[in-house]
Amino acid sequence: MGLTREEVLHIARLARVGLSEEDVARFQEQLSEILDHFDVLRQVDTESVPPTSHTLDLQNVTSPDQVRDSFPRKEVLANAPLPEEGFFRVRAVLE
Amino acid sequence: MEEGVLELHYLTVHEASRLLAQREITSRQLTEAVLERIRQVDGRVRAYVTVTEDVALQQAEEADARLARGDATPLTGIPVCIKDVICTRGVRTTCSSRILENFVPPYDAHVTERLRAAGAVMVGKSNMDEFAMGSSTENSGFFPTHNPWDLERVPGGSSGGSAAGVAAGECLFALGSDTGGSIRQPASLCGVAGLKPTYGRVSRFGLVAFASSLDQIGPLSRDVRDCALAMDFIAGYDPRDSTSAPMEVPDFTAALGGDLAGLRIGVPKEYFPEGMDADVRQVISEAVRVMEGLGASVDWEVSLPSTRYALACYYIIAPSEASANLARYDGVKYGFSYQEGESMWENMEKTRQHGFGDEVKRRIMLGTYALSAGYYDAYYLKAQKVRTLIRREFDAAFQSCDVLACPVSPTPAFRLAEKVDDPFQMYLSDVCTLPINIAGLPAISVPAGFVLAGGGPEGQRLPVGLQLIGRPFDEATVLRAAYAFQEATAWHKAHPPL
Repeated sequence: MGLTREEVLHIARLARVGLSEEDVARFQEQLSEILDHFDVLRQVDTESVPPTSHTLDLQNVTSPDQVRDSFPRKEVLANAPLPEEGFFRVRAVLE
Repeated sequence: MEEGVLELHYLTVHEASRLLAQREITSRQLTEAVLERIRQVDGRVRAYVTVTEDVALQQAEEADARLARGDATPLTGIPVCIKDVICTRGVRTTCSSRILENFVPPYDAHVTERLRAAGAVMVGKSNMDEFAMGSSTENSGFFPTHNPWDLERVPGGSSGGSAAGVAAGECLFALGSDTGGSIRQPASLCGVAGLKPTYGRVSRFGLVAFASSLDQIGPLSRDVRDCALAMDFIAGYDPRDSTSAPMEVPDFTAALGGDLAGLRIGVPKEYFPEGMDADVRQVISEAVRVMEGLGASVDWEVSLPSTRYALACYYIIAPSEASANLARYDGVKYGFSYQEGESMWENMEKTRQHGFGDEVKRRIMLGTYALSAGYYDAYYLKAQKVRTLIRREFDAAFQSCDVLACPVSPTPAFRLAEKVDDPFQMYLSDVCTLPINIAGLPAISVPAGFVLAGGGPEGQRLPVGLQLIGRPFDEATVLRAAYAFQEATAWHKAHPPL
């Protein structure tokens, strides 16, 4: 069961990762090999087995609704690629 | 102290701490010795992404002042190396990725805060596989780290820089992170001790996330006692990490000492697969016999049948979580940002195309696929159910055993470039470590001997680590067992021929 080229492109689009033609071919082969290995899980009977999302006995951990200081704006923008007037500048989201 | 008699950079943390407390050495001397050692060997080992010389010397001065006031902790003045996946305020934190090459965090991770408060001296940030994805440190976006025992071989990964740094005397101890084996495997390949705590034992606040249900920060050192000491400082509840366990933290160093009378060791058969290196198998068997000699009883027939599903289970769960965690690297708020595209989406796609390395892209794509509509049940949900089975088998084994003993890695350190083009082969390096993360258990790698590199230069010896796995939150027993083994052997005293 291998991935098709279209599937690779679809996944890349979902993940917003650009791929060169060479990348597409290479990843198609490598990912197909890895996914083939996952077939081994079909052998396991998990009919009445509950899923484990994490190994702790914790659920719905909340923190108190307290107002606290956040970071100063200057620090928040310190790593910004395009800071402008106190904002993060990006390309237009909507045309 | 006489020069040449005492190599300051090879002191253990507890030895150095004693000498500092007795004012026989200063933190300044110790830190300068470590920085000098880095200057001498790091050109070859390449353990560090960033050496923080000025910060270190400043912190050493503060440490000396604290020591003089009598206000010190056992970590005050001790040079430590921090894996570059852990946030350090004001100090570049790259995750060995081009996408974060110039990222400077505005905050400290919880563990960084704890080390600062204890007065430790940060000498630098260590190299790793990019975003902690890898088993050799060859996936670093910058350069590979070299194994100090044989510079043509890998140190393991993803905490390869931390492990190599500790082995080479480029720090007295280090922090690493472990998601599928990333502390234990490089510790084993570099001949040092490395502990992965129980999931939830050490706060992940400020740990750049790879797989949120698997990641844990832990210590690496040349002596198990130092791992226990580090744990005394970094473990414990943190309300800023919603997966931080609200459990009491025992005194881990107090737990050390004594023989192993009454300890029940289980050896799971499935961790000694057919193709494993015969010499490694021999080292592990002998190590378990040493522990038997210390009074432990051994059950050689423990079976964990679902071990064979752990690789698939891990390589579905971890990449799935990673695909969500790495979605934040979009070039908007921080990090590398491609600007020459026609649209916002193109910029984002190219940012990630150029900013991420191949292994990171592979895992993001695997995860995206496994979570996507039509595949979620067959892959992610299935893997989570298998995860339950794996954990249940460990719980059953721990009904009659206190620790499980097995290899860390099926082979010693392999050559650079040997596996980097075959991702699946690389994944197989972690078959003995992955299941422990899946089950959320504590485990340590402790130096257990050496094997000779086949085909390598004559006399090239490569370290082999013994893995000891414990019950949830029972690091104390794991550390005690490892310490007893260490004290009955001398493997941990060997240094690489640098």
